[in-house]
Amino acid sequence: MAEKMAMAKAINESLRRALEADPKVLVMGEDVGKLGGVFRVTDGLQKDFGDSRIIDTPLAESGIVGAAIGLALRGYRPVVEIQFDGFVFPAYDQIVTQLAKMHARSLGKVKMPVVVRIPYGGGIGAVEHHSESPEALFAHVAGLKVVSPSNASDAYWMMQQAIQSDDPVIYFEPKRRYWDKAEVDSEAIPAPLHKAQVVREGTDLTLAAYGPMVKLCQEVAAAAAEEGKSLEVLDLRSVSPLDFDVIQTSVEKTRRLVVVHEAPVFFGSGGEIAARITERCFYHLEAPVLRVGGYHAPYPPARLEEEYLPDLDRVLDAVDRSLAY
Amino acid sequence: MTVDSSAARKRSAAGKAGTTGSKAGSAGTESGATGASAKRTTSTTRAPRAARAGAKKGAEPELVQLLTPEGKRVKNAEYDSYVAGITPEDLRGLYRDMVLTRRFDAEATALQRQGELGLWASLLGQEAAQIGSGRATRADDYVFPTYREHGVAWCRGVDPTNLLGMFRGVNNGGWDPNSNNFHLYTIVIGSQTLHATGYAMGVAKDGADSAVIAYFGDGASSQGDVAESFTFSAVYNAPVVFFCQNNQWAISEPTEKQTRVPLYQRAQGYGFPGVRVDGNDVLACLAVTRWALERARNGEGPTLVEAFTYRMGAHTTSDDPSRYRGDEERQAWEAKDPILRLRRHLEASNHADEGFFEELEAESEALGKRVREAVRAMPDPDHFAIFENVYADGHALVDEERAQFAAYQASFADAEGGH
Repeated sequence: MAEKMAMAKAINESLRRALEADPKVLVMGEDVGKLGGVFRVTDGLQKDFGDSRIIDTPLAESGIVGAAIGLALRGYRPVVEIQFDGFVFPAYDQIVTQLAKMHARSLGKVKMPVVVRIPYGGGIGAVEHHSESPEALFAHVAGLKVVSPSNASDAYWMMQQAIQSDDPVIYFEPKRRYWDKAEVDSEAIPAPLHKAQVVREGTDLTLAAYGPMVKLCQEVAAAAAEEGKSLEVLDLRSVSPLDFDVIQTSVEKTRRLVVVHEAPVFFGSGGEIAARITERCFYHLEAPVLRVGGYHAPYPPARLEEEYLPDLDRVLDAVDRSLAY
Repeated sequence: MTVDSSAARKRSAAGKAGTTGSKAGSAGTESGATGASAKRTTSTTRAPRAARAGAKKGAEPELVQLLTPEGKRVKNAEYDSYVAGITPEDLRGLYRDMVLTRRFDAEATALQRQGELGLWASLLGQEAAQIGSGRATRADDYVFPTYREHGVAWCRGVDPTNLLGMFRGVNNGGWDPNSNNFHLYTIVIGSQTLHATGYAMGVAKDGADSAVIAYFGDGASSQGDVAESFTFSAVYNAPVVFFCQNNQWAISEPTEKQTRVPLYQRAQGYGFPGVRVDGNDVLACLAVTRWALERARNGEGPTLVEAFTYRMGAHTTSDDPSRYRGDEERQAWEAKDPILRLRRHLEASNHADEGFFEELEAESEALGKRVREAVRAMPDPDHFAIFENVYADGHALVDEERAQFAAYQASFADAEGGH
């Protein structure tokens, strides 16, 4: 059944499907019940599945994740919501020292099928701690998987796959794309969770992005096309593991790569991509891999976020610099 | 197992005379995994006085004690019924547990000194708290330990040599937690109290009448995770017992650096009972934990038990307690030794003869020998263990790095083969 829907609605439908399919799936978090979440992603779920499966929790992020670990040990598959990116840090200890390591610590006897949903990223004019992109902090930790859909269809399918995974998955939801609509086919055969996709083909340069920046990169490619430049756009979809094969194939064709993300460039996922692609494609590259992202500064107040976030002109500027080599 | 849950179950079936009013809730539920949801509805286990009342200002709070340091059995109207069925054989069993646990612990300490273990966290002095509480648990209960619960592991049937792998450095766990419902040791202080709470929430969802017990120390009581676990367990009425072994010291910091009120009183602020028990009195620890576990089984939610005890040795073998505490303090606690007091009781009541003690001594030595040999025979892990079990579903980067590692290792073999 194909239906056009917003990303927030697609995640809601996906959770609903998982809850119907498996009584062990639970949804937990602050305000996820009656309110339906501050972004309404869990809207109506408690009404239909009851408060023992859609669990409003105390305002305690470490408690949410720590209790989810215990529920997973008992055989449940919790999907927990961290209300905003900047609030995940009270839970960071539980995620890093416990959730990520339990499978290895138990020599494989224990599985941790926990999904941590984190609405992330800027561009919605929010206050401090409501616009950050901490994905690299999680990707750096062995034992965690980190994904970020860029559109409603992927959001739907990647949530299904994340819930079915026996590994903990940090599921970053680009909040500024919550209201973007796309066709969602609930009977489709989805791409594997950690497979990157070519979303626009091109020959002159590759733009690689995930989550909120994929749409921007598609706009950049459209603008560049008007200037006669052919840009290929990749939706990486998964930050850990990263699908380097798809990037390599593209770079071997275009010989140029620009990586775009909202997170600060310094020690960010773009650096990892640049390093590995340089190792893999050294003799193919016509220019150094360039990165466009946030600055090494706290996420700024809302009136400055347009200066901070990558936009059309900043990415086009990087494209021009790359092509100038 | 000497003092297992069978006594409690029999009492349960008989209505648990003398402890509560209606106990229909837990009757006949020993297997308990299915169809027990209705049994979580009654709320009848009376909170004993010590749990209800806070201490008067300036006065030391009262301890639940059934056995004095001199080994004299004292009456306790609130908790006697929880050990009413205990037999001389059961008492000898508790004694045996404590002696063997101490022997195991001493052997591990010696092995660390000999360089066979990288580190050891001794439980010396805490045998009664661990054996009393551990023997109160039922096979279907689930235990979340910190890293010092060697006595509880013993009660759960975990082979003690399994506990040594992480201290020797061959693994970060070493046993299947689901084999004995005994979770892996957690090193980050207090994290496991939340896992216990979540697990207990799951038990309640399943409609089972199992209970969960989380161990932690006085130092961990300062951690936010412990506070959050109290909050979560209270609001969800989770069947969990928080068993705090207040051994007076968090490495070098005394309990006064953690709290201004007796720890068991913290429970009151979260809306569930707390009780302080003499942590060197194995009988009292058994009784109080049975009471707390029974509350959990009856759907009455969490309980905080503070076992007031003492860490006779160092925090770990890396530590030097002479830098922060005096000998006289330890000597005062030695007079309250948990093993000595039960021995005095067994002897005074003619529940054990010389032959029993001699046999146990021989058994202790055999255990020490077995542990020593097992540690020395423990193989180093395979090099490729680094890459195993990082993920359940696999991960491309791990696969890539494993292949690189294999090629690198093979390059040495090739070089050797070339000569």
